[in-house]
Amino acid sequence: MTRKIEGIAASSGIAIARAVVLNAETYVPVRSPAEEPEREVERFRAAVRQAQGEIERIRASVEEKLGAEKAAIFEGHLLILEDPDLIETVEGQIREEAVNAEYALHEVAQTFIEALGQLEDEALRERAADVRDVSGRILNALRGVQGGDLSQLAEECVVVASDLTPSDTAQLNLAVVRGFVTEIGSRTSHSAIMARSLDVPAIVGAGAGVRGIPAGAILVMDATEGVLLVDPSPEELAAYTEKKAQYDRRQAELRQWAKRASVSSDGHRVEIAANIGKLEDVQKALDNGAEAIGLFRTEFLYMGRSELPTEEEQFQSYKYVLEKMAGKPVVIRTLDIGGDKELPYLDLPKESNPFLGQRALRLCLERQDVFRAQLRALLRASRYGNLKIMFPMIAVLEELLEAKRILEEEKTQLVASGVEVSETIEVGMMIEVPSAAVSADLFAKEADFFSIGTNDLIQYTMAADRMNETVSYLYQPCHPSILRLIRHVIDAARAEGKWVGVCGEMAGDLTAIPLLLGLGLHEFSMSAGSILPARERIGSLSHGDWQSLSRQALSLRGHREVQSFVQQQLEGGIHA
Amino acid sequence: MITQSFTVTSPTGLHVRPIKTFVEAAGKFPCKISVLSKGKKVNGKSSLSMLTLGVAAHDEVTLEIDGEGEQEAMKTLGEILLRIHE
Repeated sequence: MTRKIEGIAASSGIAIARAVVLNAETYVPVRSPAEEPEREVERFRAAVRQAQGEIERIRASVEEKLGAEKAAIFEGHLLILEDPDLIETVEGQIREEAVNAEYALHEVAQTFIEALGQLEDEALRERAADVRDVSGRILNALRGVQGGDLSQLAEECVVVASDLTPSDTAQLNLAVVRGFVTEIGSRTSHSAIMARSLDVPAIVGAGAGVRGIPAGAILVMDATEGVLLVDPSPEELAAYTEKKAQYDRRQAELRQWAKRASVSSDGHRVEIAANIGKLEDVQKALDNGAEAIGLFRTEFLYMGRSELPTEEEQFQSYKYVLEKMAGKPVVIRTLDIGGDKELPYLDLPKESNPFLGQRALRLCLERQDVFRAQLRALLRASRYGNLKIMFPMIAVLEELLEAKRILEEEKTQLVASGVEVSETIEVGMMIEVPSAAVSADLFAKEADFFSIGTNDLIQYTMAADRMNETVSYLYQPCHPSILRLIRHVIDAARAEGKWVGVCGEMAGDLTAIPLLLGLGLHEFSMSAGSILPARERIGSLSHGDWQSLSRQALSLRGHREVQSFVQQQLEGGIHA
Repeated sequence: MITQSFTVTSPTGLHVRPIKTFVEAAGKFPCKISVLSKGKKVNGKSSLSMLTLGVAAHDEVTLEIDGEGEQEAMKTLGEILLRIHE
């Protein structure tokens, strides 16, 4: 009968193959006296040298197969072999206690493994695996034991193990290994990270159930959902074979879009950008083929701490993103705090209606110390890439003018003090307050670009708190009221030769995309995971057709009518 | 002996790579280098010991440096703590 085991889907995909079970031997050295401690130290050093040689070989082969970035793990391993607190402590223990090297090494490594295992940060906790991997390798060398070598696997299989060390994972023979399942581990384990970069399906942390899997059993692993079937029935096998074929086809299709331009079927070019909220997100944006950063939320720099970030800290973060994007546009939004995001250390008065209170730029114009520090950091970073500065929550023109004046003041001062500042920084604003949307023509003369924050624009237009579930039905991005506002903003900007983006959820919404394209939106900014499906969708649409279709949609009765209109058009093939 | 405190900027805190950079730089100085964070004090020339500090982004770290070249070591190592690492 089928046995079902659930675990963490660490690397997506589906695999069907027989199990190869790795029996990790647990070896705990026994304490025994060393008659000549100096010779024991020598034996230890020789084992360390042997381990060094092995790791260096693995490092070189990983670098060749997977690139320098993945090989860095093994530089970390080499560093462990040189670590004074490990090596000198082991040698000290051998000498002082006259014990065998195996025992001393095990003891010292164990203290590090335990200390690392207690850390809060999951990724750091996983570093215990490195110590286990390296010390296990030295122990093998001391004992003259050959470690398992996964590069020798010759038949198609799913590898089942208690855990895979980083060196195990790096040596998997990808020609035959279809996936792996481990008893322990998390999404941030080395093996999980490695699996994602190798594009091998992996389920980790599947628990003790993994131990009962017999070698040679047929396994179905669905690492899109973290489900493992042992000895599936013929029906299950057939169903998963079909699911796997579909999944693989779909992935191959989507991946093609990563390197393509964002162009409609009739040659209209737009830009697909990524929204990011942390520095780590930049790589993911690039991996998914983002052409720009359309919204860099800077709140992360201010939140979860007890004091304001320094100007220097901010400068480093902005510079990092600008350099990483290598000349591609990066729209950085100034601090958007207030509303649902609080900063206890600013000690702001409690407001009864924070979403309608002193939020974002309103607060920045009041707390100019905070605002000016951020602007200086941005200006200083500007020469490292293609920076665009964006002000949030503007309701009336005076706010924009005041923000621009302060920016200009800081710029003049910086330049006067000899700091190099880019001369081509665009300065734009979010459109999220209905007053700004309705009077976009007034703003279009003063702003270099608009980015429509649809989440807030919908909440303010519908007067419906987006946190309140009882009114969540009013979150209607395709309602004609919202679409008309968007059309007005785009038309007003176009009249002044300015560009418009959308940086809310709506930009990645496959139903809204045809409408936004038709209305003439220039930039679609979304979470990295939405980019490829969005680019695929745009590639299937005719801009010309949707120019008139989107105008038709504006006169429909409501959200539902617009959505079904779009669906009908898409299914009817008129867009093709 | 000189001491100075720094706020770590790198988004993932003091992880393997920043620590590698730090330890390699620290190893070039003859002086004694200690790293303090959250009440623990470890050897700044040991990557494993530095990892056990579990320093996250925005955590404060104090360097305590004693001996030959301490000024220059403080400057070099402080800069590494503030830098953003891949």
